[in-house]
Amino acid sequence: MSISMLLSMAASAFADRVALGRRADGITFSGLERDANAGATLLREDAAGSVAFIGQNSPLLPTLLFASAAAGLPLAPLNYRLPRDVLRGLLDRLDAPVVVADSRYAEIARSTGHRVIAAEEWLSAARRTEPVPGPEADPGSAAVLLFTSGTTADPKCVVLRHSHLLSYVLGTVEFASTQERDCALVSVPPYHVAGIGSALTNVYAGRRMVYLPDFDPARWLELVRSEGVTGAMVVPTMLARVVEHLGGADADCPALASLAYGGARMPLPVLEQALRAFPETGFANAYGLTETSSTIAVLGPEDHRKAIESDDPVVRDRLGSAGQVVPGIETQIRADDGSVLVPGVTGELWVRGEQVSGEYRGAGSVLDADGWFPTRDLARLDEDGYLFLSGRNDDTVIRGGENIAPAEVEDALLTHPAVAEAAVVGVPDDEWGQRLVAVVVRREDAKADAAELRAHVRGLLRGSRTPDEVVFRDELPYTPTGKIIRRHLVAWLSPPVEG
Amino acid sequence: MSTEAVGLRAGLRLKSQVCATEVIVVRPGTRPLSLCCGGVPMLGRDASGAAETTPVAERMRGSLLGKRYTHPGDDAVEVLVTVGGAGSLSDGETDLVLKEAKPLPASD
Repeated sequence: MSISMLLSMAASAFADRVALGRRADGITFSGLERDANAGATLLREDAAGSVAFIGQNSPLLPTLLFASAAAGLPLAPLNYRLPRDVLRGLLDRLDAPVVVADSRYAEIARSTGHRVIAAEEWLSAARRTEPVPGPEADPGSAAVLLFTSGTTADPKCVVLRHSHLLSYVLGTVEFASTQERDCALVSVPPYHVAGIGSALTNVYAGRRMVYLPDFDPARWLELVRSEGVTGAMVVPTMLARVVEHLGGADADCPALASLAYGGARMPLPVLEQALRAFPETGFANAYGLTETSSTIAVLGPEDHRKAIESDDPVVRDRLGSAGQVVPGIETQIRADDGSVLVPGVTGELWVRGEQVSGEYRGAGSVLDADGWFPTRDLARLDEDGYLFLSGRNDDTVIRGGENIAPAEVEDALLTHPAVAEAAVVGVPDDEWGQRLVAVVVRREDAKADAAELRAHVRGLLRGSRTPDEVVFRDELPYTPTGKIIRRHLVAWLSPPVEG
Repeated sequence: MSTEAVGLRAGLRLKSQVCATEVIVVRPGTRPLSLCCGGVPMLGRDASGAAETTPVAERMRGSLLGKRYTHPGDDAVEVLVTVGGAGSLSDGETDLVLKEAKPLPASD
């Protein structure tokens, strides 16, 4: 049992349907299966222990993913923006890797000293190779290795086994649940779990995929319109740029039936503007972690509509939730002492289910004795099981003994019209242990000063949650998938600067 | 030909002795099943050459690729058809039934 099963089912159900690329000249599902099996034959001859990929998202990713799976080797997509020494450090942690690299990254990949094949050469060699069937991968073997973004610490290497990924796909996707005209636009990178998830779930659903590797809001909109894209997934920073680009105009994307967002916190004002710009589109907020094989909770289109239209504050608040957990996932909210909390109370989110890996290469599994995984995310559940996230446990600022979730203060700042982006961090302080510092990017031409923003937050939250300082910057440091890199801000703010 | 109940476990792949049908056990359910296709017990996918078998005519109504089947008496059972065929699925004399899909929005 391996993820290869997903592709072989799709290839037998819709052999001639286009799977990858433009409808006119894309690769069909049977073509993808052939390329993957021939690629696997090459990889087996190569006697490698794992396959690393350094490149952007393109039809090559699903090909390489299914080829590696058919060869029984784990695929490790790496961040192509990393400098050579960091890349070498990650490659050194893999088992005898063969590196497949886009031609523009082949030189930097070779400079790490590891064995490198240019992606184009690998694919054309596969197309000259007669596929030789091999043994099916063991369900307990590693299918994908993903390095976490490391916003608070060094990257960890998450192990996703065939059984985890299959459980995720079989538990959340209905086979062949699409029409031939359906098309997904993929703009997340291959080293993000949603990049892997999109390759698996779209293949199993029978949905064609097109790619936009270097995100740009104008090109994203153009591609949605020209390719008749019916579904897309974006991280919040991408949606914010699309909304900003539209400047209040209708997006004019009538074919776009669904738009999923996730990967980081979505500021509510951006979501509200997006809902207005895409009136015909169903929105889905997906919450998941690398360690959980992507999505574990979804706020679906119907939930979005109900929340927007409702006068009931409980229902309306759900627009800011991650929805309900997917089938096969159980949740617990636990206090610091490990006791399980009741609905309405915030604690750490623990999850359990077949799709949950919770395992790091080298460090082993962090699941507890009963199989529960600590997400390190702070959350509460409401009476109907809607999940509300309030930031990373590791980001919690402890100021004078009081725990403060930066997300709450950031949300308060973002309701001020002058604030475009905000990050709140704890900076070491002799008196308070940590003091609360807000780093703010103002909108163009906005003049609000620190005192005005502090007063704004004090008006919304209690006094102890008012930032001790407000510092202005031209931009915030983000990972490519939209997570604020808080440790860079803490480093920049220590020793203290005057606000 | 064996007629014993197969010990089902999640991830187990089985094949029909009478048609092309192959299935994967997604959830094994709460009690042992005698999983049959075309009225004849299914074998492990990697099992070698089945003996000559004759299907039961009324159990040749087909299994559908990609569809999930469950047990009318135990909805914890979930079997997914990975290769469709002419035989239909049953637990001994009890036909398995198509499981209604509750679609989730695409999320990645």
